Amino acid sequence: MNRKNPLHYLTHVILLAFGVVWVYPFVWMISASLKTNLEVLNSGMTLLPKIPQWANYLRAWSEAKFSVYFLNSVFITVSTVAIVIILCALSGYALARVNFPGRKVILFIIAAMMFIPKGYTIIPIYQIIKGMGLLNTLTGVILAESSGAHVLFILLFMTYFAKLPKELEESAEIDGAGFIRTFAQVMLPLSKPIIATTAIMQFIWTWNSFLVPLVFTLSRPELRTLAVGMLSFVGEYTTDYAGMAAGASISLLPIILVFVFCQRYFVEGIAGAVKE
Amino acid sequence: MNSPLQASLISTIPLRSSRRTRIRYVWAYLFILPQAAFFLIFSLYPVIMSYVYSFFDWSGIGPLQNFVGFHNFINVLSDSYFHSAFIHSFEYMFGQIVLSFPLTFLMALVLNWEGLKGRVIYRTLYFLPVVTTTAIVGIIMTYVFGNQNSVVNDVLISLHLLRNPVPWLAAPFSAMIVLIVVGTWKSFGMMMIYWLAGLQSLPVDVYEAAKMDGAGFWRSMRHITIPLLLPVAAVILLLSVVNGLHVFDLVKTLTNGGPFFATETADLYIYRYAFDAGIPQVGYASAAGILFGLTVFALSVALGWLVRTVRNRLNGGGNG
Repeated sequence: MNRKNPLHYLTHVILLAFGVVWVYPFVWMISASLKTNLEVLNSGMTLLPKIPQWANYLRAWSEAKFSVYFLNSVFITVSTVAIVIILCALSGYALARVNFPGRKVILFIIAAMMFIPKGYTIIPIYQIIKGMGLLNTLTGVILAESSGAHVLFILLFMTYFAKLPKELEESAEIDGAGFIRTFAQVMLPLSKPIIATTAIMQFIWTWNSFLVPLVFTLSRPELRTLAVGMLSFVGEYTTDYAGMAAGASISLLPIILVFVFCQRYFVEGIAGAVKE
Repeated sequence: MNSPLQASLISTIPLRSSRRTRIRYVWAYLFILPQAAFFLIFSLYPVIMSYVYSFFDWSGIGPLQNFVGFHNFINVLSDSYFHSAFIHSFEYMFGQIVLSFPLTFLMALVLNWEGLKGRVIYRTLYFLPVVTTTAIVGIIMTYVFGNQNSVVNDVLISLHLLRNPVPWLAAPFSAMIVLIVVGTWKSFGMMMIYWLAGLQSLPVDVYEAAKMDGAGFWRSMRHITIPLLLPVAAVILLLSVVNGLHVFDLVKTLTNGGPFFATETADLYIYRYAFDAGIPQVGYASAAGILFGLTVFALSVALGWLVRTVRNRLNGGGNG
């Protein structure tokens, strides 16, 4: 550790300065959410408010219906994460542990899906949900959010389950466990790291999703998610800067917290994806 | 559902297959079934229908019956707004890659330096924008860059870099610059992580051997790091091209294509016809989606070919 190296200090100074610029928009957001509208306008650069205006949060939460948007976002995200984990764990397990007829065909289709040129697929998805009579329901949004081939997650589960020793399965069967009990009680609990990676990545994707909830809640304001609700809020209350910032903080803080506490899984998942 | 598939493959099952194996097959099919159903309904069918719709004059309501052949495609191709939307997507993609490709590589090199303390903290800091909601970020940025009393103008004026406030989002050129800068800021961390993953996969012993031979930082950089990272670089390029061309959330919330369509990208154009018009023109929007989708696809095939060539040449060079 050559602490005398001036290059070391210079690097830290540059990295820190860069970092300050990097997070400044978020700092500004939180600071503006605690100011009065007049303060936001006139003293944009001073970060500390004279008196913290917690009322902004109250206004955004109840009056501007961010409480509704928040609950919608939570419900949609949690349901989607659960569905995706179930779908991917099941199919990944079958592909990894059973050499059933047609397995190679399915693997080929999974790989080929990445090489098909697509058009604007949200229109057909919209039509399917409409055909199911689920337009303007949260279920419709959840189904649309859970769509996608989940190639990365299936492959993650598959390679993980494939690595588990055969003896685990056999000893479970000797103990009288069938296929499904072996899966649910022995194998699935062992795949916790993959479940965590899938959960975090899908959580972030769904929470941040915009086009699907935008399209599916066009005529039903009470089904909006935070991102869509935010857009309509700034359309209606163009001059409520502090309210906007409070709403944005309500929307972003959960995802930032999830990331900071679980970033290991997220970063590893991405790094794994690029190496594949 | 997959009985024809089963029938055609039944001959591959060994004749002696025991009862246990058959039960396992049944369970495997049951385990695959939910994902397969989801895949058929929500992935494959939409891809097929995204082509089918483009040959119809259809508003999305009522039966699909007014077949018009390539009429939608001809109309899309002759619309000057589509041309400019197409160009804007490429401008955005190009600007973003030119800005972030070298910068993220540099940052990854610095953060890969083992002697540096607090690397994880810096990594988290620069990665933070990636996990935040793009649509919300776009809205915040309309205030940060907004036309009056905006934060950016205040800062630039107080640093004496600017004399008068600039109406960033009101002029076509500066609005595009803002989109590119914010887009770069948003995706910077992602690209940086890709580079870091690439750097960490490099073999350590090669560097040690080079050090023994007296190679300094720049020489190992030129002769080891850069050549070995070329395949990773090609993958990163491919991902950034596709993501950059399909920009939607940021443009929708930050400029909404304005001022007067000057920053409308292809996905925004398609959205406008599919969902934002008084009477939706689903067939027309689908045709535009196919034209743009095929363009992106052709580009990614070309880049994929580049990835493969680089990798092959590297392997060939390593053996020779």
